[in-house]
Amino acid sequence: MLEKAFTAEAVAEALDIIRTEFPLALWETCYVTILSTAFAFLLGLPLGVMLVAGEPGGVRPLPKWIMATLNGIINLLRSVPFLILMIMLIPMTRAIVGTAVGTMASVVPLVVAAAPFVARLVESSLREVSPNIIEAAQSMGASPIQIICKVMLPESFPSLLSAATIAITTILGYSAMSGIIGGGGLGKMAINYGYYRYRYLVMFLAVVLLVLMVQIFQTVGTRLATRLDKRLKKE
Amino acid sequence: MIEIKHLSKTFSGAEGKVEALKDVSLTIPDGDIYGIIGMSGAGKSTLVRCINMLERPTEGAVLIDGQDMGSLNEKALRRARRDITMIFQGINLLMQKTCLKNVCFPLELAGIPRAKAEEKARQLLELVGLPHKAEAYPAQLSGGQQQRIAIARALATEPRVLLCDEATSALDPSTTRAILELIRDINRRLGITVVIITHQMSVVEAICHHVAILDEGQVVEVGAVADVFSKPRSPAARRLVFPEVAQEIIAPAQGIRQLRVVFNGAPVTRTPLIAQMAMEKQIAASILAASTRSLGEKVYGDMLLGIPGDPDKLQEALDYLGKIPDIFAEEVH
Repeated sequence: MLEKAFTAEAVAEALDIIRTEFPLALWETCYVTILSTAFAFLLGLPLGVMLVAGEPGGVRPLPKWIMATLNGIINLLRSVPFLILMIMLIPMTRAIVGTAVGTMASVVPLVVAAAPFVARLVESSLREVSPNIIEAAQSMGASPIQIICKVMLPESFPSLLSAATIAITTILGYSAMSGIIGGGGLGKMAINYGYYRYRYLVMFLAVVLLVLMVQIFQTVGTRLATRLDKRLKKE
Repeated sequence: MIEIKHLSKTFSGAEGKVEALKDVSLTIPDGDIYGIIGMSGAGKSTLVRCINMLERPTEGAVLIDGQDMGSLNEKALRRARRDITMIFQGINLLMQKTCLKNVCFPLELAGIPRAKAEEKARQLLELVGLPHKAEAYPAQLSGGQQQRIAIARALATEPRVLLCDEATSALDPSTTRAILELIRDINRRLGITVVIITHQMSVVEAICHHVAILDEGQVVEVGAVADVFSKPRSPAARRLVFPEVAQEIIAPAQGIRQLRVVFNGAPVTRTPLIAQMAMEKQIAASILAASTRSLGEKVYGDMLLGIPGDPDKLQEALDYLGKIPDIFAEEVH
């Protein structure tokens, strides 16, 4: 199969496809990933805060049954494979977006899959904040909300930024999978041309682009997290 | 005035119940520098956390200027905590904020406008001697400098009481001295009552007026520093004050009686007391253990003598030593 992929004819065809379709696919992948990550944080950040602040001995303990339910739902959603989750969520997607296929429709399962993941990432970032600093804030008369907003979140900001980087690269990978249900982007191109029509060169290039995007997101994220961490500041 | 009344705190954990504090009662006068000293695990940290209700006592009450801290609701308690601030062994600054923002932090919590808070914070940085570090981050500072920023932060809300939880334990001796000097200065200039929790004798000696000795959750001795340290009565106090004299360990040899001699500011460190006693009374005492230390201009000490022979010799020694002013002697069994 590989020798066929590199014939002059195949290369010319691939270049043509790349020229006409890649810009849109790249754009779709970017906006689906960024939009899904944003929504995943919108849901996952408060959940992560609840996981840490709400536990017994936290800054604002919540009833046990709430914590148990929260943990249960998060674990449940985390354990369903994304491919299956996408299919199971079709009715919900239809109810929210109006259709179950297409690029916008793929955002719904992406958010549902990523939000609990983000909640766990946020949880572990917030746990890095020293309990002594929280105690110090309490000794100054800080309320639970003030401790969350003015101590826990700002103090763990570099770590949260690293978490966001992990989330965005993971969601990028998931978004490629959503090509199965007609979600647009590089993943759809790779599946349509490579799997259904044996245009391996197109698939290969789509994957190269995905890899490049992960590299860029990861590098930028890590650099930002390091630069913004005031603990690493030296004179 | 801080009144601690019959305070008990029991923690129930996996290994059963632990009584961290047992019926602790103390009165800390306004403007005092009050030391609470004890070995690790004596309950000091729990006690200081009960003062500002970071730990809720199981029993008993803490009254600050007559106000029962335990009766306050969460909101009133948060407000009260602006009056009773705290510094820590771990310093606990916000690492992602500049020093200025750290000092502003309690004011920000209290809802003071930013410009006003920053003005106050700059004054306090001046007071602790670090005005040029306003824009620096804590990670760029030494441990001693960080503790100065923490002190400035603790003073931001103009508290009446400053609680120091092992605040100098992680610092080297010269930095410790400088920080204690600063605390004493603040106590004098601002009239703030200071409560110092420590396991170090030297800290109490350096700045405290009064001291309470805590041992296994109980107050075993309390009083003015000079009194408690010159004549420690409880075993725990003796262990702290004269760790070298371990009376419990020494098993007296046959026919040897033990005599404890306490020097209470007597000028005897210049006279060969034991040699003199041997010459004048023919009592050949051997020194089993000894420890002396200077407090201010006075010399205090504790010495354990072994006197061989019959009970008369011991009585003779007791009489001889008892005549010297500021010396106290007793037989130890």
